[in-house]
Amino acid sequence: MKREIITNLFVVKFANVNGTGSASANRLFSKAVFRMGVPVSPKNIFPSNIQGLPTWYEVRINENGFLGRRGGIDVVVGMNPQSMERDIGELERGGYFVYDSSKPLDKKMLRDDIDYIGIPFTEICRTEYTDPRQQQLFRNVMYIGSLAALLNIEFDVLTGLITDQFKGKEKLIAPNVHALELGFKYAQEHFDCPIAFRVERRDNVGNKILIDGNSACGLGAVYGGATVSAWYPITPSTSVIDAFARYCRRFRVDPETGEKNFAIVQAEDELAAIGMVIGAAWNGARAFTATSGPGVSLMTEFLGLAYFAEVPTVLIDVQRAGPSTGMPTRTQQSDVLTCAYASHGDTRHICLYPSNPKECFEFTATALDLADRLQTPVIILSDLDLGMNDNMCDPLEWDDTRTYDRGKVFTAEDLDAMEKRFGRYLDVDGDGIPYRTYPGTHPTKGSFFTRGTSKDEYAVYTEAGEKYVANMDRLLRKWDTAKKLVPAPVIRKTKQPCTIGVVYFGTSEAPTLEALYHLEDLHGISLDSLGIKALPFADEIADFIEAHDYVFVVEQNRDAQMRSLLISEFDICPDQLVSLLHYDGSPITARQIRREIRDWILRTTTTPRRRGRK
Amino acid sequence: MSYAIPGFRHPNLPKNDLGFTTKDYEGAVSTLCAGCGHDSISAAIIEACFELSIPPHHVAKLSGIGCSSKTPTYFLGNSHGFNSVHGRMPAVATGANMANRDLIYIGVSGDGDTASIGMGQFVHSVRRNVDMVYICENNGVYGLTKGQDSATTDIGSKSKKGEPNAMEPIDLCSVALQLGATFVAQSFSGDKHQLVPLIQAAIAHRGFAFINVISPCVTFNNTPGSTKSYDFIRQHMASSNTVDFVPHAEEITTEYAPGTSTSVTMHDGSAINLQKMDPNLDIHSRRSALALMQEYKAQDKVLTGLLFVDEDSQDIHTTMNTTKTPLRALSEKELCPGSAALEKINQSLR
Ligand SMILES: Cc1ncc(C[n+]2csc(CCOP(=O)(O)OP(=O)(O)O)c2C)c(N)n1
Ligand code: SF4
Ligand SMILES: [Mg+2]
Repeated sequence: MKREIITNLFVVKFANVNGTGSASANRLFSKAVFRMGVPVSPKNIFPSNIQGLPTWYEVRINENGFLGRRGGIDVVVGMNPQSMERDIGELERGGYFVYDSSKPLDKKMLRDDIDYIGIPFTEICRTEYTDPRQQQLFRNVMYIGSLAALLNIEFDVLTGLITDQFKGKEKLIAPNVHALELGFKYAQEHFDCPIAFRVERRDNVGNKILIDGNSACGLGAVYGGATVSAWYPITPSTSVIDAFARYCRRFRVDPETGEKNFAIVQAEDELAAIGMVIGAAWNGARAFTATSGPGVSLMTEFLGLAYFAEVPTVLIDVQRAGPSTGMPTRTQQSDVLTCAYASHGDTRHICLYPSNPKECFEFTATALDLADRLQTPVIILSDLDLGMNDNMCDPLEWDDTRTYDRGKVFTAEDLDAMEKRFGRYLDVDGDGIPYRTYPGTHPTKGSFFTRGTSKDEYAVYTEAGEKYVANMDRLLRKWDTAKKLVPAPVIRKTKQPCTIGVVYFGTSEAPTLEALYHLEDLHGISLDSLGIKALPFADEIADFIEAHDYVFVVEQNRDAQMRSLLISEFDICPDQLVSLLHYDGSPITARQIRREIRDWILRTTTTPRRRGRK
Repeated sequence: MSYAIPGFRHPNLPKNDLGFTTKDYEGAVSTLCAGCGHDSISAAIIEACFELSIPPHHVAKLSGIGCSSKTPTYFLGNSHGFNSVHGRMPAVATGANMANRDLIYIGVSGDGDTASIGMGQFVHSVRRNVDMVYICENNGVYGLTKGQDSATTDIGSKSKKGEPNAMEPIDLCSVALQLGATFVAQSFSGDKHQLVPLIQAAIAHRGFAFINVISPCVTFNNTPGSTKSYDFIRQHMASSNTVDFVPHAEEITTEYAPGTSTSVTMHDGSAINLQKMDPNLDIHSRRSALALMQEYKAQDKVLTGLLFVDEDSQDIHTTMNTTKTPLRALSEKELCPGSAALEKINQSLR
């Protein structure tokens, strides 16, 4: 069969068994492609299990820099007999199935529109290594070696990565390289290498980096000056705190005394975690917690307190598929509404929606500033896809002249110079933001009582209706002030004026932008787009929607939560917003977005739709 | 209102070492029921802090929700206060303590706030040995929600509602002892002579200091059938020891008959002098405290006084080896690694 050679534009999926040490070998593969200058986006697809169940690692290789999930698989490395049938079924026509041929393949696994590459990994390992643990580990490294031959990956790049990985444990370098060679040689001797899918060196990654969103959040918290962190373990947020701890150990420990410039408390639950954050922030430290949906539910009473008592609070919500335990290791953007209005009574919170690790880093540092400036909770809504996968992004940046914005805080000198009575909840500047003092500031001035009950401008308990209303209205003024301080939306306009727009946020960004590119390229459809980066929504978002007849809202949940939020915050006619949803727990694909938009446009232009105008 | 503050003050009101009078340690006028035990505890806190000449702003007072948790408004008006949410004072206090290890943290809670909704937070703050004073104002009833039995109500005890309680009570001192609390005391709101020095010793203690104070609710649980009424406690209270707290600057003057007294030197040089009322209590032995409490309970008696202390206790900051500077005082200089370090990180991610 004469085949078309496809260079740097394909998807490889590794099918493994959870707990067999495949993760680091698979990572080696992505990193090698990346170091060859070719953009890559790997995604872990794993079960809620520690050992034994199927797990996958899907790597998209795309020299044009499209990093969202594409949909469809071209090469499967099938190392898990349990999932083999399904893995083979997922291959596109003309794909390859690379498998461990130590055991013969069942006839029912055979398809005539794909190629099979059997390599006896287990057998080779059994003759090479006696220790069963080594047999398992090196089997993983070995299939990477075979892929290098099959896909034309530069072998030097792999050995370079192994050398980097085992810095300080040099003894391990030679055996790992040996395992790579074993796989490489076998493939080269037994098959026509390279196959039709190939990696070729490019210069398309520039100075970009490969990092997971959770590490970037943890690092952002270090740079942003967080000193107190309290948390309760939950997938997929745990690695935020792991990263914070790792970077703190590196940057925040006195080399002589071992004393730490940070405190991390593993709380007994999420109620305690957020309570500790609120206590620390009330007392003048920068503090944060990280959790996922179920934890946010537990934190809601406290979030109401922090909103009403005006205590800076930073919460990173790495979303997963709910409700309840849902699919705890699968991704979704389904806490949009819960976070926006978390708690009882009239509450609303500042939400930030990062789309890539660089934004995770920046938004976390910014959230600490915003929380102090606005004296209110700030919630960062990341998700499992962004948080737990390596994402290619621009290098992280920090301006050394940047100082922390600690907001409106009176010092002892301020209090001494003050003629009028200090009013904790007085709107002195007309922006809705009052001044606060830290406990311990002054022996006789500036103390106040923080409470969740209604109070007047001087923090004195009151149930007088007009005082309550004045306070609630001031909080709305503060919300208006916040609009100007939060990250602005990103608007992309086509050259020609167009009547249809697309709105997206968070991890729907990369696949949406890719879909828009292909809509133009393949179908001649050009659409304007807007990426939402924060709540409160900037006025530009309303203007954008107003300027288009129809606006798609791309999101990864069942109930079109962002669409509801737009409708309720802006009073928009619902007919104007068209939902584009995906919620099976996998990241949304560019293919789905492109097809749905194309089909909708075809349908609507042939059968004209009317929409009611208010 | 049980303890109204008169507007007029004697010009010669005694001053402490800092030149403050008790007025500087008072708070807003209490809105609790006249005769409520909680108000006496507030008065004891005021007296304890005044006598120790604690700068008022060196204290942060925190509470949950309940009549008891309202009281921080009524003492130490020059200190910052935080009336948080029901049962969650320990978390807020823990966080506050993380931010600034230099302040004194006084947490006030009730029996509902501690032994029911906040039980989880209570036991975990004990385990962490956060440097704070934790006072449970225990009236065996939910005052603020009007008289339901609480988890500390004794079997057979009858509140105003009249139904005898059928369930085992939670004994908070025993729980604290079993979880490794480093300072455990029990007292009665009506016994100022015992309570004031206990609060002072608790403040001097480095680590989690728990005081369970029986504090009658005159409105819902001061009935003849209640085991938390004034009459019952007065008749059934037994002291393990009398407590005298001596700040380090002062010379020890009290003299006791030999063999009947002990002195415990705290980490800051202050001392707790104890005159033993029951020779069987060894305040350095959890086992002895637990056993003795059981014994007294079997005799229908409530054992009060200092029950256990570990004066070598290491608080959570010591265990974690946090810097001596309050974390909240650190600036960009100490906290931010800067752009050069970030570039190195970028490099390692390529
Ligand atoms: C989450 C929540 N549930 C219930 C309540 C209602 N509530 C307020 S105070 C209280 C009981 C307080 O009892 P206790 O701690 O013993 O304090 P006391 O009033 O007896 O001093 C309850 C149930 C609340 N405020 N918050
Ligand atoms: S109801 Fe009971 S606890 Fe509450 S203030 Fe009145 S006497 Fe005190
Ligand atoms: Mg009570």
